[in-house]
Amino acid sequence: MLRQLSITLATVALLVGITYAPASAAAKEPAKKPATAVLAGDFGPPQGKPVEEKLVPPPGVPAPIHRNYPARVIVRMETREVVKEIADGVRYDFWTFNGSTPGPLIRVREGDTVELHLRNAPDSHMAHNIDLHAVMGPGGGAVSTITPPGHESVFTFKALRAGVFVYHCATAPVPMHIANGMYGLIVVEPPEGLPKVDHEYYVMQGDFYTTGSYHQPGLQSFDMQKMLDEQPTYVLFNGREGSLTGDHALKSSVGDTVRLFVGNGGPNLVSSFHVIGAIFDDANVEGGTLVNHHVQTTLVPAGGATMVELRTPVPGTLLLVDHSITRAFMKGALGQISVSGPLQPAIYEKGPSTTFASKTARPVQQSVALSVGDKAADGKRVFTQICSACHQGNAMGLPGAFPPLAMSDYLNADPKRAISIVLHGLSGKITVNSTGYESVMPALGPQLSDDEIANVLTYVLNNFNNKGGTISASEVRAVRAAGPAK
Amino acid sequence: MISRQLALIPMLMLPFAGKAADYVPIPAGQFESALAIAGHAAKLRLAAFSMRSEPVTNAEFLVFVRQHPEWQRGQVPSLLAGANYLRQWQRPLEPGESVLPDQPVTQVSWFAARAYCGSEQARLPNWYEWEYVGAADATRADARRDPVRNQDLLSAIEGTSGHLPGVIGTRPANVYGVRDLNRLLWEWTGDYAAMFPNPDARVPGSVANLALCSGSALAFADKNQYALMMRVAALSALRPADTAPRVGFRCVREPKRK
Repeated sequence: MLRQLSITLATVALLVGITYAPASAAAKEPAKKPATAVLAGDFGPPQGKPVEEKLVPPPGVPAPIHRNYPARVIVRMETREVVKEIADGVRYDFWTFNGSTPGPLIRVREGDTVELHLRNAPDSHMAHNIDLHAVMGPGGGAVSTITPPGHESVFTFKALRAGVFVYHCATAPVPMHIANGMYGLIVVEPPEGLPKVDHEYYVMQGDFYTTGSYHQPGLQSFDMQKMLDEQPTYVLFNGREGSLTGDHALKSSVGDTVRLFVGNGGPNLVSSFHVIGAIFDDANVEGGTLVNHHVQTTLVPAGGATMVELRTPVPGTLLLVDHSITRAFMKGALGQISVSGPLQPAIYEKGPSTTFASKTARPVQQSVALSVGDKAADGKRVFTQICSACHQGNAMGLPGAFPPLAMSDYLNADPKRAISIVLHGLSGKITVNSTGYESVMPALGPQLSDDEIANVLTYVLNNFNNKGGTISASEVRAVRAAGPAK
Repeated sequence: MISRQLALIPMLMLPFAGKAADYVPIPAGQFESALAIAGHAAKLRLAAFSMRSEPVTNAEFLVFVRQHPEWQRGQVPSLLAGANYLRQWQRPLEPGESVLPDQPVTQVSWFAARAYCGSEQARLPNWYEWEYVGAADATRADARRDPVRNQDLLSAIEGTSGHLPGVIGTRPANVYGVRDLNRLLWEWTGDYAAMFPNPDARVPGSVANLALCSGSALAFADKNQYALMMRVAALSALRPADTAPRVGFRCVREPKRK
């Protein structure tokens, strides 16, 4: 046994010896690379003058790189602890890179040498650092950048792999630094650059844990238990509810192409990123080089990213959501792309669906006479089952996306108008409580009886601080028969 | 000129007139640190000592630098105190109106804190001493398992973001009679550089556990003490000559021999 083993070892040694003999024609494997071999993605030392990276706040993106050589790129960032609004009337103590959540998108070229200057603002009370997933080396730079308040650290790395990468603070307690908003993206372009598109935007999801409940006003603290339970109060794009809706919606035009750099800071949730009304022609799986096509929803892991390209062939509003959809409608993960331009009926046309509905209204239900109390209960049921999905349970709507029904000047000004809106739907720009909204309400005529519509409208008019009033089933019936306004 | 300045001194000193520091006895005891040593919670037996009931204040530190001009801003070598040393004071001997006499002094280096404690026949606490006393609240010697207490500390620390610490003495003292350990500021400990390895404060070639993402979690036996982790992270980033707006100190003494 022992002898056999020693023979085997000798044979191996002999084979190895042959393999390594420089003159041997039998050598089949290439010589091992020396330790100093040039790594893939390393195009040699930086050339030319150092480049100052021009950082812009999200959802902006630095201009594409048109260099054809590796450079030294100087990136200057500052960690700041700032109290900002996380939703209307709700403030939160964000920890940030450059004052925004996410921090600015860093854009370099594969092979570039990045000289990162990390400052920590003098009035911070925490030390901070940065771990960039684009770095090959211990801690992604975290070790080399731990920075007390009022100090600056400098850290240099070579961007050896193209892709879309997350960066984040990695100072203890790490989950808290991330939960407070300390993350962003670094895009390492391949040497040939990225295909040209008409628009580029930067969106990053994060989950937030506040001591108060969703929309509870005032200054909110970080809630440690909610974070441990992974039950966020808010799930947001770009660190604030409404950061990408209404006036802040991303813009595109009919026929244009849009590239979204999408990251997920976490700390806990994985995002099912989807754009309602769009298909991703290209989706870089997990931010790497694998490109998938015709994707509806793509996973963005916590601490991961993707890059998607989509075309906007028709006008209207597209919705960015985490399609774990409760987060979109109950916790704030909602953004918009507003597409302007002429209608394209060959691709997308709204048909006269309401005409069909009016002929099939359920006649039996109309004969059931409900008491006033039953009508109110029925109205509340319809509101909870249908209306609250968009207008919210408190009827306050969602900033920039869905108008409020509570204290609504639009509703109270003309309650009869609401009959037609519920029956036939509404699209286009309206102003409610001096805020503009441009979204689409579906026609609910096919789904709801005249009684149900009358009950829910009466319910809404007499609740949520509205002015009161009654809508009868016969009024609804008349509007239904008249058909949608031309 | 000189006489005029001298004449002003009593007036300037008036609002900053210091009172003698109180040291309260801390009994010997068993203690389990939230920090892990070689992956295990450190179980300790601490000898008795006495601790300042309150952090050192601006008023007290002003008296100190008057008596020890070598620690005045502008006099102290940069090796012992960095560029931001006492930066929040208007002038080296005039704190000015932006700070309060009863506010803990901050922007002091570890060296300066150590010298101060020496001047009152005391020393900086070691980490375990600080943590042992800091584990208490007004009714319990070890309140660390109480999630309400932990959340309360976090909220208090976060709520003061971006400011100098508030005034001392607004909260009840803990069971030992010590105030304001956990909420107002980070406090230097004598052994902080040895306790919290980091690349800036150690000899080359050592592993910097706490600065690393995964390392930071591993170095804590009790991962629920976020306020404590923030404290460790804040201190571990500092070199001994560094100063920070929320880093101050208090001192401890050996028990009096009977």
